[in-house]
Amino acid sequence: MTTAVGAGEETVVDAGDGWRRLSPRMLAVHPVMELRRLIFPLVAVLIGVRRGDGGNGGWWALGIGGIGIALGFLRYFTTSFRITPTHVQVRRGLFRRRTLTVPRDRIRTVDVTSPLLHRIFGLARVTVGTGQTDRKNNGVMLDGLSAASAENLHRELLHRPTATPIPGVDSATRSQPADAASETVLMALHPSWVRYGPFTLSGLVAVGVLFGIGSRLVNESHVDLAKIGFVHDSINYLRDRPLPVAILLVAAVVVVFTAIASTVGYILSFWNFRLSRHSSGTLHVRRGLLTTRSTTIEERRLRGVELSEPLLLRAVRGARVLAIATGLRVGRGADRGGSVLLPPAPRAVAVDLAGTVIGDADPLTAALTRHGPRADLRRFTRAGTVSTILILGVLAFVLLTGAPWWAFWTALSLLPLGVFLASDRAANLGHALTDEWLVSRYGSLVRRRYVLHTDAVIGWNMTNSLFQRRVGLTTLVATTAGGRQQYAIPDVPDAEAIRVARTAVPGLLEQFLAD
Amino acid sequence: MTADVVRLRPPMHRVSPRARWYWTAKAAVLWIVLLVPQVIWWFADDGGDLPHVVVGVAWLVLAAVHLAVMPQWRYRVHRWEATDTAVYTQTGWLSRQRRIAPISRVQTVDSERGPIEQLFRLANVTVTTASAAGPIKIDGLAAKDADQLVADLTTRVGHTIGDAT
Repeated sequence: MTTAVGAGEETVVDAGDGWRRLSPRMLAVHPVMELRRLIFPLVAVLIGVRRGDGGNGGWWALGIGGIGIALGFLRYFTTSFRITPTHVQVRRGLFRRRTLTVPRDRIRTVDVTSPLLHRIFGLARVTVGTGQTDRKNNGVMLDGLSAASAENLHRELLHRPTATPIPGVDSATRSQPADAASETVLMALHPSWVRYGPFTLSGLVAVGVLFGIGSRLVNESHVDLAKIGFVHDSINYLRDRPLPVAILLVAAVVVVFTAIASTVGYILSFWNFRLSRHSSGTLHVRRGLLTTRSTTIEERRLRGVELSEPLLLRAVRGARVLAIATGLRVGRGADRGGSVLLPPAPRAVAVDLAGTVIGDADPLTAALTRHGPRADLRRFTRAGTVSTILILGVLAFVLLTGAPWWAFWTALSLLPLGVFLASDRAANLGHALTDEWLVSRYGSLVRRRYVLHTDAVIGWNMTNSLFQRRVGLTTLVATTAGGRQQYAIPDVPDAEAIRVARTAVPGLLEQFLAD
Repeated sequence: MTADVVRLRPPMHRVSPRARWYWTAKAAVLWIVLLVPQVIWWFADDGGDLPHVVVGVAWLVLAAVHLAVMPQWRYRVHRWEATDTAVYTQTGWLSRQRRIAPISRVQTVDSERGPIEQLFRLANVTVTTASAAGPIKIDGLAAKDADQLVADLTTRVGHTIGDAT
């Protein structure tokens, strides 16, 4: 196999304008990759041939394989790219033609990878990333350049003519000279905060899981629970009580177990919690009893903070603080805790700390502008609609299946609950705009106050549903590169939405105002 | 704030009139797909014809109303505008969305022509920012307008500096 292929030989310039094609050696790789993608239908068809009476199966397999190979060839012939002094452009697709244009300023990363098959042919895959947090959009991928030209491209893209350093090139991952930097501890866990543990409900999941595993074990091992003395006694005891008392007793047991599990969970995840600020411009969070987790957030990437108060925690005047930072997505699952700046702690402490972190206490304490009676009314109509639908559902269930009527009477309690929730939601709804910070607060089961730097707003979305249009309300959404990617101010009066958007990002909306 | 209400005007340009046919075709495909389970059900079920007729009529009425109303309504709502400093769109029908992104925060400009769009000589343009919630999509542009828009936007984006987060 010939090696040492120059860049000039490999990148075939095509039809002027600087459009280039991928390496022709991809003509060998693409079909194999397409075949690999079609492996399941192929295997299925071949098994069908063995099983069945032969005949058509082979032709089918041949056909599918042929299509795969043709698709592979097509991919080569329909993909082209060019690099101009200012842009990288990629064209691809036959039926779905796409042209993707990325300004070279926005390029943050250039990855050169070489999977096995590529390596055999001396090829590499170049992925150009813009640092977008959206996972679906994998940026520009040039699948299949010769290793040499991939390396050239890498150099070409990252060393642009203007010698300015690229702002925001992944320095988050660069190691910091930790010893040289001085460190200020902003907050450390106070043991008395463990009292907020039972109110976090994190233990509810644990209790659920334990119950699930338990019932599974009982089922699998065919143990008759009623024969175990303790269980037998408690069931008999409950059976002798009136139904409401029995329900209350069971509920009390669940509550106690949840409280214990939540407290244990709190200690496990937040013991030794410490938040410190390094003079090199980073925030450092360390926490955990058995597994120590530590997160470093560059303050340059910090776009704001979120004060989160779940209902129970709010009832005991507690709150948590989360960071809004680019590259740190407020995630689900494993990376969920990534942005924690303060575990459940006294509200006053949380507000204080949030203010310290963003260097301005005002947005955390500023009085919020209410959204007016029409916005409040919408909370009530929504709660009313939802509870009515649920109650009617239960009523239908009772009438159709002959379930006991107390189910319906219990369901009626959804109405006062809904009213309570709605009035709380209405009371919590509000927004504010201080010098540099956009503040929005809403929610009841989890009340959140978002504080976002106005510079971090990279676009506005305004939604008016049919109902909102009738009462002159808008849901104003600020999009941003960090945290939840979007922060909403729900049901704000139209004029106020415009005022907020205009003031927060000056010069953007002026050109679109009606005379 | 002054007494007279400050309001946002709608964006300047309508999309191509052919977009109405594009939306109709797209919705029609969806309704036809919805027909498939009904047909299977009709063949599989031995009972009376009445339930099938009821569902079939409901399908017909809903499809007809949707296909007659939605594209026209959408066409009245959908508008776009790109100035030197911002992209501004208005989309939706029952619920209306207005999106504004400053050019200085735009990261990629993406134009796409799906099979149905090629049929009506249309294209869409998607402008993305660093926020996953920020993409602005302009649907149903005449193909040549889309090319022009992409060219304009990329030149303008190239003039701004920074990483746009």
